[in-house]
Amino acid sequence: MSVLVIAEHENGTLVGSTLNTISAALAIGGDVDVLVAGNDCQSAAQAAAQAVGVSRVRVADDSTLAGQLAENMADLVVSIASDYSHILAPATTFGKNFMPRASALLDVSQISDISAVISADTFERPIYAGNALAKVQSADNIKLITVRITKFDAAPAAGGSATIEPVTAAADTDKSRYLGLAASESERVELTSAAVVVSGGRGMQSGDNFPMLERVADKLGAAVGASRAAVDAGFVPNDYQVGQTGKVIAPDLYIAVGISGAIQHLAGMKDSKVIVAINKDSEAPIFQVADYGLVADLFDAVPELESEL
Amino acid sequence: MKVLVGIKRVLDPQVKARVNGDRTGIDLTNAKMTMNPFCENAVEEAIRLKEAGTAEEVVVLSIGPAKAEETLRNALALGADRAILVHTEDTLEPLALAKVFKAIVADEQPQLILVGKQAIDDDCNQTGQMVSALLDWPQATFASKLEINGDTAKVTREVDGGLESIDVNMPAVVTVDLRLNEPRYASLPNVMKAKRKPLEKKELADLGLDTANRLTTLEVSEPPARDAGIVVETVAELVGKLKNEAKVI
Ligand SMILES: Cc1cc2nc3c(=O)[nH]c(=O)nc-3n(C[C@H](O)[C@H](O)[C@H](O)COP(=O)(O)OP(=O)(O)OC[C@H]3O[C@@H](n4cnc5c(N)ncnc54)[C@H](O)[C@@H]3O)c2cc1C
Ligand SMILES: Cc1cc2nc3c(=O)[nH]c(=O)nc-3n(C[C@H](O)[C@H](O)[C@H](O)COP(=O)(O)OP(=O)(O)OC[C@H]3O[C@@H](n4cnc5c(N)ncnc54)[C@H](O)[C@@H]3O)c2cc1C
Repeated sequence: MSVLVIAEHENGTLVGSTLNTISAALAIGGDVDVLVAGNDCQSAAQAAAQAVGVSRVRVADDSTLAGQLAENMADLVVSIASDYSHILAPATTFGKNFMPRASALLDVSQISDISAVISADTFERPIYAGNALAKVQSADNIKLITVRITKFDAAPAAGGSATIEPVTAAADTDKSRYLGLAASESERVELTSAAVVVSGGRGMQSGDNFPMLERVADKLGAAVGASRAAVDAGFVPNDYQVGQTGKVIAPDLYIAVGISGAIQHLAGMKDSKVIVAINKDSEAPIFQVADYGLVADLFDAVPELESEL
Repeated sequence: MKVLVGIKRVLDPQVKARVNGDRTGIDLTNAKMTMNPFCENAVEEAIRLKEAGTAEEVVVLSIGPAKAEETLRNALALGADRAILVHTEDTLEPLALAKVFKAIVADEQPQLILVGKQAIDDDCNQTGQMVSALLDWPQATFASKLEINGDTAKVTREVDGGLESIDVNMPAVVTVDLRLNEPRYASLPNVMKAKRKPLEKKELADLGLDTANRLTTLEVSEPPARDAGIVVETVAELVGKLKNEAKVI
């Protein structure tokens, strides 16, 4: 058995999701290789080679992989797929983009967003916004899988010593072109890797009130998140969204401020270790999942919280 | 330009899913079903392209049970011109759905395929990408903005790091996110009119495709419930509990 993990990286920096995906690969068993594909991605390959448990890193460093367009990524994966019994990528927007394409080209049914490895062919995955867990067995020769990163601990980033080998990129399909990324400016820790997250909802009333949450976040070294209602209303950018259709996170502490706790929001945060809810409506469903609930007006409670910390 | 839109009938997002008695799936007996919310955005975008003169015809496709006709009629009431139901009482995996799409595309020859980025029941997030792979077309996933410029389209994609822009050759498959547009409601006269719009039914078996499932669901269970929490009276009490009891700050 041989497992390939497709690394997520940004401008040469390995993204943490890769380490969680390596853990899922180790849980399946066999040798674990990592594919680093991109343009100018040698430093990510160096980093991947340090991760504990990796045997070999394969690097496709080519200008046609700039922006990691799905068509070229999928063809590359297909070109080396026969070396592997399992191919894994994180279930982030990175992995969700090209993995189903590669699966279809290989005539394989992808298993999306696994939350546990039961055996080499059986996996657990959440369905219906996490309201149910399905145990799924695959009959395909090669199993293509995306991994729910919050459900697997990160493999240690240092201590490994994998070999690094080049691999040739597939021919450019020239079907699409990467134009650029408008990233939201933030000095803060990344939402998916933060130990503490402070999130605001529609109750915040306006984007102008978010600095109040940011000050609390600064004191806690936390990331700031939001409900879909807050993003839709334009209070904060799309990459703040936590939930079924946004980011799935599981920090040690999640503080929900002015968020009602809709099923779709809970889907993105209910695996957090400790949940705090601040809401003026004692009937809000968020209190059903909160470890500590405070029924209060957020415009009083948040400034008070800032000064108590 | 002809636009083909994929539509799935799902459990209403406001309803809490419950595992059935024999733990093989979700209990959908008498449950309120509706169009997958992401598909509503796909239909809306197609209709807007038609209203803007960019598209001439909007065809909606659903692969599913006889009851999916109701969901297709709903799309016709919103403004789609024609519907196709590929009937099967089995639930197909995205790979099999993609094979059906490919067969329909061979007949219909659309220049644009719009599907939801995910269905809210199985949350697979695969179908659009698989359709474009089998057609050897470009793909643009998680679209929050779509601009057709003749032979190419510029798409803004909602990704974890922010908003990404790509340019794709046409024909293309675009999977849509919720912020692409605000779907309209069907007016009563349009609901009546939709009853007379063409809806073609095909049997899946007649298409001669290999749509066998590769995955077997062994069991479906409820996730473990969280322990009940407590209500604190003051911010000071909250901070004390987080420091001394939960030890997370
Ligand atoms: C297909 C689909 C996908 C979705 N995906 C997501 C997703 O990924 N993430 C997500 O979050 N949502 C998602 N949603 C939306 C979800 O259903 C809810 O509409 C949304 O989460 C509500 O956001 P909210 O809690 O901020 O707003 P509301 O539900 O409006 O809640 C606001 C809360 O703030 C409280 N409040 C108001 N003022 C104050 C005050 N001064 N002090 C204290 N409390 C106050 C109110 O009591 C209320 O509980 C999705 C919906 C659908 C249909
Ligand atoms: C592991 C696994 C377990 C399953 N278990 C069960 C089960 O226990 N019970 C059960 O009933 N089913 C089960 N299914 C099948 C499932 O119901 C789905 O129909 C199928 O997998 C499609 O996934 P999705 O809807 O999440 O696709 P997604 O890729 O998330 O859907 C995205 C978009 O594709 C389009 N689309 C999706 N489906 C259709 C369609 N039928 N017709 C037209 N367009 C469509 C829509 O535009 C939709 O917005 C299972 C599937 C898998 C993969």
